[in-house]
Amino acid sequence: MSTYAQKKGFGATVWDFLTTVDHKKIAILYLLAGGLFFLVGGLEAVFIRIQLAVPNNDFVSAGAFNEIITMHGTTMIFLAAMPILFGFMNAVMPLQIGARDVAFPFLNALGFWLFFFGGVFLNLSWFMGGAPDAGWTSYASLAIHSKGHGIDFYVLGLQISGLGTLIGGINFLVTIINMRAPGMTYMRMPLFTWTTFVASALILFAFPPLTVGLVLMMFDRMFGSNFFVVANGGNTVIWEHLFWIFGHPEVYILVLPAFGIFSEIFSTFSRKRLFGYSSMVFATVLIGFLGFMVWAHHMFTTGLGPVANAIFAVATMAIGVPTGIKIFNWLFTMWGGSVKFTAPMHWAFAFIPSFIMGGVTGVMLAAAAADYQYHDTYFVVAHFHYVIVGGVVFSIFAGVQYWWPKIFGTMLNETLGKLTFWLFFIGFHMTFFIQHFLGLWGMPRRVFTYLPGQGFDTANMISSIGALFMSLGVIVLLINVVVTSVKNVKVGDDPWGDGRTLEWAIPSPPPFYNFKQLPLVRGLDAFWIEKMEGKKGMTPAEPLGDIHMPNASFLPFVIAFGLFIAAFGALYNGEHSWAIPVIVIGLLVTFGSMLVRSVKDDHGFHIHKEELMDDNDKGVKA
Amino acid sequence: MHAEEKLTYESWPAEPERSTLEAKNKFTGFWLFLGGETVLFSSLFATYLALKDKVPDSSMPLAKDLFELPLTFVATMLLLTSSLTSVYAIYQMKNFNFKKMMLWFGITALLGAAFLGSEVYEFTNYVHEGHKFTSSAFGSAFYTLVGFHGGHVAFGLMWCLTLMIRNAKRGLNLYNAPKFYVFSLYWHFIDVVWVFIFSVVYLMGMVG
Repeated sequence: MSTYAQKKGFGATVWDFLTTVDHKKIAILYLLAGGLFFLVGGLEAVFIRIQLAVPNNDFVSAGAFNEIITMHGTTMIFLAAMPILFGFMNAVMPLQIGARDVAFPFLNALGFWLFFFGGVFLNLSWFMGGAPDAGWTSYASLAIHSKGHGIDFYVLGLQISGLGTLIGGINFLVTIINMRAPGMTYMRMPLFTWTTFVASALILFAFPPLTVGLVLMMFDRMFGSNFFVVANGGNTVIWEHLFWIFGHPEVYILVLPAFGIFSEIFSTFSRKRLFGYSSMVFATVLIGFLGFMVWAHHMFTTGLGPVANAIFAVATMAIGVPTGIKIFNWLFTMWGGSVKFTAPMHWAFAFIPSFIMGGVTGVMLAAAAADYQYHDTYFVVAHFHYVIVGGVVFSIFAGVQYWWPKIFGTMLNETLGKLTFWLFFIGFHMTFFIQHFLGLWGMPRRVFTYLPGQGFDTANMISSIGALFMSLGVIVLLINVVVTSVKNVKVGDDPWGDGRTLEWAIPSPPPFYNFKQLPLVRGLDAFWIEKMEGKKGMTPAEPLGDIHMPNASFLPFVIAFGLFIAAFGALYNGEHSWAIPVIVIGLLVTFGSMLVRSVKDDHGFHIHKEELMDDNDKGVKA
Repeated sequence: MHAEEKLTYESWPAEPERSTLEAKNKFTGFWLFLGGETVLFSSLFATYLALKDKVPDSSMPLAKDLFELPLTFVATMLLLTSSLTSVYAIYQMKNFNFKKMMLWFGITALLGAAFLGSEVYEFTNYVHEGHKFTSSAFGSAFYTLVGFHGGHVAFGLMWCLTLMIRNAKRGLNLYNAPKFYVFSLYWHFIDVVWVFIFSVVYLMGMVG
């Protein structure tokens, strides 16, 4: 395509990204924005560890510390981990099922811009009178009484970005249900696609309760309602339920795609079919299902009674079974394989013991009676960081290294990649392993400082030094990105040489229509099958024909921006006279542009056969 | 089949809502969206049940003092009938009878508007009796649950009217038929939610 290969000015590139509906460009936007928020959240983590490095420290004040821990958790979960995983899903999943785009390209862009504006709104709180300070769980009993606008930023920002996530989830579901290439049955889908599918289903059912919780909190704080005002009949436990009915599935929304990434990496670099593929799929679905049955294990000490606690404890322990199935399958995938220790494989290999430790402490915490001891101590902090860093963040590093060539057309440096791994791996265990013991020794979580001579001093110092190592690891990754981008050595379709799935059968980066002809899928690891039979690429399932593509649009940006404006109105409701007009204007922008979207026909456009044949002669230059 | 194809009564497919890839995606996506909406309303119902009759002092009206069967009956009949008329509209859509489809959708919109009118009247009455959004947790939960439903009806009305006005002059094709179909799904969904509101809020309010 001549228009695509053209050199563009900076302004044109920016406009291109503001209006794009191409899943591969939206993926880059997700990775960029998510990466940026990851750095912000990481910086907050460093501040926490500096403050706690020595007893009686006054690096930050108690109030600021509350804001920092709240924003660290909120940013990492909602604005870093999930968007980066969404970036991978966007970049890879449609390619893995042999689709030309997602089901709703326009909504895909809308989902991104909603997440982005929600995230920006949340972080503006730092500059507009203080960030939220009631913890990332924002329990109503604290949040209702928090002074200033911090909580309001949390409530409004998360509503906007949550809407984007929900839209993204529905989009991925429909894409996988309706747009698989000929022959790509459900039981031939790569595991990353499967985990995307199940995680999206979890998003669909888990985000509405969060939205309701946030709406109730918004009504209470800004519009005078009484859901959580006990004196007027309210009940703060409702928030805890709604939050955790969302919050627990959220853990699996994060970790299932991580499992998917590692499954791809294990089988690619063991150069072996994934062991127990169908049990992997079964375990994924089962984890997704059980994920909704365990939310009250976060509330063992709320006082729901022994029967409720017992039921939720048993359900929680049951999740260990499908997770165990997965662990063994990964081990057996490597068993007898011809294992290549690339940088992504380092992460995958280290993930297994790290994540198991998080799982073991998870079962310990699930024992309701024992939980009364662990609750609100550093033991819990250690547990969920082992799961989320040891699982999700490891997978993000692994995925970045693994799919970078497919997304950007050039390989990250392997040596620097391994250096990042060792720095981060050592730093991670140094920071969090000792925290198990800090918790058992009695150090409560969320305290801004502690007195000397309680036996916490050395352990906290060790933990803080670990954080330094992790930061160094991230810095090496950034250097790696810069060095690689400057060198920009172009790579071919299958740069690892061991690609098994469809994304490795097309150029890196793929042309904007992905597949010139939809591929015929003949089994699991579709591309590997063809390679083993001595073929260079996939057999096409259709003759060369016109390709239907969606039009770019600026409307997603505007729709999301309208809500961003309205959120400022809601924030200052009852305080300034302009608040209501601003809400109205913002909503008018949003609903007005939705109206424009519905009355203006958008049939997309066709790439004609002749242009595609041209590409054949010149080779695709995407 | 293509969305822009000109079709006749003879060539009109049996399932116009699913005969292009775009339409199929819309169909699947909307069903999934309704799944999410179900969870949204379930959360609101749960909140309402937890906060029902929770008021700060005993002078405030409770559910059994507020609700009246006649008005609720009228509202229910209006909304249920509008669901039926939207079924007729889709029946005519499948028959490629554009004019009759528009007529039935018009009636659907009128009934929906009448329902909203009755709801506004009802809410005004409650406010006069001291049952306000800000007066108690019961009030907050009631107006949030029933108001969310009313908001969905209002949004549906605007949606229906937009569709009708936009397509008034161009008849049916495979581009707009799925849009009408998806709207009717939405309309049925808010009708089902109302059945639950009727049972859980009004009937249980008067009996329990």
